[in-house]
Amino acid sequence: MAEKYVNLWKSLDIDLEKHNQLLAVLPQIYTDLVLSQKNRPKKMDYFDFVISEIHGLRVEELVKLRGEGNKIIGAFCLYAPEELAYAANATMVGLCGGADFSIPDADAVLPRNLCPLIKSFYGFKIGLTCPYFQCCDMLVGETTCDGKKKVYELLNEHVPTYIIEVPHKPDTVQGRSLWLKELEEFKTQLEKLTGNKITAEKLKASIELINDKRKALKRLAELRKATPAPISGLDALIVTQIGFYDDVKRFTAKVNELCDELEERVKNGVGVTDKNAPRLMVSGCPMAVPNWKLPSIAESAGASIVVEESCVGTRYFTDMVEPKGDSLNDMLEALVEKYAKIPCACFTPNDARIESIDKLAKDFKVEGVVYYTLQFCHSYNVEAVKVGKALKSEGVPMLKIETDYTMEDAEQIRTRLEAFLEMIRGKK
Amino acid sequence: MAVAGIDAGSATTKAAIVKNGELSAYAIVPTGANGRNASAKALEEALALAKLTRIDLTKIVSTGYGRRNVEFAENAVTEITTHAKGAKTLFPSAMTIIDIGGQDSKVISLDEDGRINNFVMNDKCAAGTGRFLEVMARTLEVALQDLGKLSISAEKPAKISSMCTVFAESEVVSLIAQGEKREAIIAGLHEAISKRIAGMVKQVGLRREVVFTGGVAKNVGMKASLERVFGLKINIPAEPQIIGAFGAALIAEEGTIIS
Ligand code: SF4
Ligand code: SF4
Repeated sequence: MAEKYVNLWKSLDIDLEKHNQLLAVLPQIYTDLVLSQKNRPKKMDYFDFVISEIHGLRVEELVKLRGEGNKIIGAFCLYAPEELAYAANATMVGLCGGADFSIPDADAVLPRNLCPLIKSFYGFKIGLTCPYFQCCDMLVGETTCDGKKKVYELLNEHVPTYIIEVPHKPDTVQGRSLWLKELEEFKTQLEKLTGNKITAEKLKASIELINDKRKALKRLAELRKATPAPISGLDALIVTQIGFYDDVKRFTAKVNELCDELEERVKNGVGVTDKNAPRLMVSGCPMAVPNWKLPSIAESAGASIVVEESCVGTRYFTDMVEPKGDSLNDMLEALVEKYAKIPCACFTPNDARIESIDKLAKDFKVEGVVYYTLQFCHSYNVEAVKVGKALKSEGVPMLKIETDYTMEDAEQIRTRLEAFLEMIRGKK
Repeated sequence: MAVAGIDAGSATTKAAIVKNGELSAYAIVPTGANGRNASAKALEEALALAKLTRIDLTKIVSTGYGRRNVEFAENAVTEITTHAKGAKTLFPSAMTIIDIGGQDSKVISLDEDGRINNFVMNDKCAAGTGRFLEVMARTLEVALQDLGKLSISAEKPAKISSMCTVFAESEVVSLIAQGEKREAIIAGLHEAISKRIAGMVKQVGLRREVVFTGGVAKNVGMKASLERVFGLKINIPAEPQIIGAFGAALIAEEGTIIS
């Protein structure tokens, strides 16, 4: 893709030389980890294509949108309300970093003991190696974990970064009222940035737009309840990851096409593994593109990952935004309602997450949970204690994996996972 | 009918030959730089001792850190499963297995039927493993196999606060400089390892009988120290270093019976 897009990247101030190094490794990783999987659904071809064009076609589209006067907003968290952005004719792209590649750039500035997701996105910005970052007119951050909060202050030196204060006790009256005020203020900010008024009508339409995307992803998740699962966990993760930066309408349509194919598979009992592959849930920190490490190790060791309790997973699409009426206020209230239900480990107490994990384990006939935590992510790391207790009382074994983006510990992780699978098989 | 198990560890490679559920021979060779050669060599040595040849083997199962590189093995099984199998076979009432090898340590908890219930592994660094003791023995100018004996005669273990190989080494150096007795320092090192193992055991829950395997289980001081920390007697197989290979061979035999 390099030749074709050089001018595009130049126009975005990309460090071409460094960027070439990144592009040189990605296709090989994708071939080794993803394309090499057996029995992949045909309709994954669209998503493979999107990844092959990761810094090309979609970036070109965004630049074109910008040329037409639309604004691009970069986000890092599920709490960034997409619906409001689209209601202001803006486009939102997820900028979470999932690559080891950009971490050396970040390490030159940030402390070592910081979560790799944060280091990765910061490194992409200061290393000028992510065209999505370069497209953004504004970033929207949020007060979730301390690491991100502080790094947003540093990002603000490069791109205007607006911060939403996320209540950490969302179930309380004061939490909800803060959320509502924050949404109203974000709406004002968006209107200022874009020059477009967010009307009740427009917000209604964008709520529908995003609900449709969530519904498509939920449909995909539901299909994975079948034994054997009709799609690998790795492929399902890639689809969800793409959902954070692709064109919403096109993406939704493509996910639905994929689901049509999977429905046929389920009907005919066709799966990606044999029926006896242990069914695993992965629960924990989000996995941003191109973080495919854990699922690819687990599935190449013989597991079938059937659900991700993650922000790049069920937390994104379990609940829809459901306004009680057509007024602007009704819709903002509905947004508060929906966003307060996302059970992030930054909340306290976060019982909703435990309940959700228990329910998912039952609904998806999960035989084991791999608890995934990134190094130095205190919220998810500590919450593993409660999750572990709850799962134990349900008789579901849990394996905790704490890792980063390097491949240094891949063999150790493989041994743990294989032993975990042997243990599950031994109990059958 | 005979089967073999190969445990391709980071420091040593072990081969065990099993005939009708009984261990008939074994060999232990250093892994060295070429793990593949070590596996073949260990197997040949064990076969020679059993007065058998490769043709007599119906199945070979590999285990350990290098399990996937043992080309002549039909199956690879993790060291968790093979240690559980081997220890449970030798000690039918085993519920907790502690294994300290060259570069990792693990604790496995079994249920009443001998199935694995839970496990924890430390394989990120050398802290509290055979490698750790090797470095300390060198610093103390003591032969590795003498650590146990010497530590038993210590009156009171010296206090070692770090488990990191690098930091503990400098702690040992300064203890020597302060005139602390070698015996006490060694006992202190054992105690530090025991406490770390106790932390891992707590994660899965301590239940008797406890079986201690791996090369480090040959160290009588380590056994005494673990027994003190847990307040109970610990069982050690006659050759604790080959339990993984033995378990792998047993699994190979089961596989042969099934298919
Ligand atoms: S884990 Fe929490 S902070 Fe991270 S993206 Fe999800 S909701 Fe946001
Ligand atoms: S993974 Fe954890 S530490 Fe990293 S950004 Fe998310 S909440 Fe923060």
